[in-house]
Amino acid sequence: MNDEKTLRRSPLSLQVDLSKFSSADFEPASEEEKSQQEVMSESVTFFRDGMRRLRKNPLAMASVVVLVLILLTIIIAPMIVPYGYDEIITVNGRRDKTAANMAPFTWSQMEQQYIDDGGSLFPHIFGTDSTGRDYFIRVIYGARVSLSVGLFASILVLIIGMLYGSIAGYFGGKVDLVMMRIVDIIYSLPDMLMVILLSVVLKEVLGTALQGTVLDKLGSNMVAMFVVFGLLYWVGMARLIRGQILTIKENEYVLAAKCLGAPSSRIIRQHVLPNCLSVIIITTALQIPSAIFTESYLSFLGLGVSAPMPSLGSLANEARQGLQSYPYKLMFPALAICLIVLALNLLGDGLRDAFDPKLKR
Amino acid sequence: MLKYFVKRVLLAVLTIVIISAITFFAMYAIPGGPFNSEKALSEVTKAALEERYGLNNPVPVQYVNYMKNLLQGDLGVSLKTQREVSTIIADGFPVSAKLGGMAALVAVVLGIVLGSTAALMRNKWPDRLIVFLTTLFTAMPSFVLATLLLYFFSLKLQLVPVWSPGSPNYLLPVISLAAYPTAYITRLTKTSMLDALGQDYVRTARAKGVSGVKVIFKHALRNALIPVITYVGPMVAYILVGSMVVESIFTIGGLGSQFVTSITNRDYTVIMGTTIFLASLMVTANLITDLVYKLVDPRIKLD
Repeated sequence: MNDEKTLRRSPLSLQVDLSKFSSADFEPASEEEKSQQEVMSESVTFFRDGMRRLRKNPLAMASVVVLVLILLTIIIAPMIVPYGYDEIITVNGRRDKTAANMAPFTWSQMEQQYIDDGGSLFPHIFGTDSTGRDYFIRVIYGARVSLSVGLFASILVLIIGMLYGSIAGYFGGKVDLVMMRIVDIIYSLPDMLMVILLSVVLKEVLGTALQGTVLDKLGSNMVAMFVVFGLLYWVGMARLIRGQILTIKENEYVLAAKCLGAPSSRIIRQHVLPNCLSVIIITTALQIPSAIFTESYLSFLGLGVSAPMPSLGSLANEARQGLQSYPYKLMFPALAICLIVLALNLLGDGLRDAFDPKLKR
Repeated sequence: MLKYFVKRVLLAVLTIVIISAITFFAMYAIPGGPFNSEKALSEVTKAALEERYGLNNPVPVQYVNYMKNLLQGDLGVSLKTQREVSTIIADGFPVSAKLGGMAALVAVVLGIVLGSTAALMRNKWPDRLIVFLTTLFTAMPSFVLATLLLYFFSLKLQLVPVWSPGSPNYLLPVISLAAYPTAYITRLTKTSMLDALGQDYVRTARAKGVSGVKVIFKHALRNALIPVITYVGPMVAYILVGSMVVESIFTIGGLGSQFVTSITNRDYTVIMGTTIFLASLMVTANLITDLVYKLVDPRIKLD
């Protein structure tokens, strides 16, 4: 630069003293120098970051493995095992009366006869129940019912809670006040008692109303259970999401979107909900085991799915009758519930650790 | 403060009113009267029965009558056994209350002790064992635990006698009821204890030379217990609901097993009466929990 000083520099001036630089300092950077500035690791999205942390959690990964194994079993087993969940065992088309209450991997007299005559039969892995139905397939179907109730109930809770919570939180003011008072009242109801009461009633009411529709196949009890979950359990989710949204909507990017004229629905979908994702994932993951718990409890009381459809809770209840002679009949469904709930709980805890920004270290 | 108290009490009263309304209309909505399951009744008998139980009045009249009776403590008569519902509750509740009270006590004491132990011995074997057990017991429904305990300790090993009204043995029912709340309180205490131990006031106390035991009991534990108070309300609800299956499994003639029987029998008045009674208990427990919580910790803002 110009070395001549035309003006005297004030000694207190903070201006950069250009005399200390040579023209070489202002050359464009070479390729090599540029490459030093490049970011070595690629940018990670929120979801990937969470998944990476989840993968480092051995307990959570073990639960994923267990859950995948359980899922595969309950999907594949009914294709392999030739018995139905409500099928009473028959040999050559004749009802086998001796096939009731058999121990695991045993044959009844008629079946033994049939095998001795050269026939081949599929083993009763868990034995049979008191009416002569294959117990393994019943436990498998029970697990199917329990898991699907847990999953669908949680999805229902998620949808209702998300819609309600985001509307209340986003609009605020009087809308929020009224909506949240309703939530407060539902929240203060004793949930299990109401669930029991509504199951008793809906079982009766829906039974007649559903006759002949598609839902009839599902059983009025199943539908009643979903209705009950949809009516009562969304409030927790709605509260959480509202709280999240109240903080998120104060952010500048929401203001910017508003200034650009984006409609409320777009702001909720594009800006607000993705930022609640961690709360949504964690709560849903922990909702599933609690729904399974509730379902098994109701089934145990005889308010769950209708017979002959089994559920893990109703199987455990049936097993009480012959507890002294056939304890294994309790062990199988009990073990299945515990394993499923345990794995889901651990996975939920893992997800919370991985996705909750407050716990980030 | 007073404003908050009044507000909470009013909400609790409103909740109980709503519960009784839901209960009444839910029962009303059931198709077919309570006399349907009996053997075929003649029209005359049926009309006489309906007349007697006031079932031929219009719904709002029935509801108002029901509420009037409710306020006088009259919950109607069991449709199956002809006994007064209030008598059924009065007979069953003491047993359930004793069982539930013991379970609650065990859960609180054991939960706090285990939780504090886990926090103080973090990442050592007692902590790991406690974490393992709490994880296990939070995944086990009370009915599974109760049936397993009954099978192994009463039937197989015959260590604990099976329940009989003459010589009640509360050990196994209390364990099965208390397991889940204990595990929950343990987790809660551990988290809040760890939090409290990391606070400045604990460090200050240590720096001043206060003994380790005193720091733990006087500074850390007292503050760590505040979150545990919030769980007392939900715990009462859990124990009341849990006692239904546990009492049925151990054949204890308490209110819980009465309720289960009334569900199976479709004994509507008993279901209604018991639901309102239990729900009022739960709402009251929640109310007290909330109020105590605010009283204990002045840092909590009142809304």
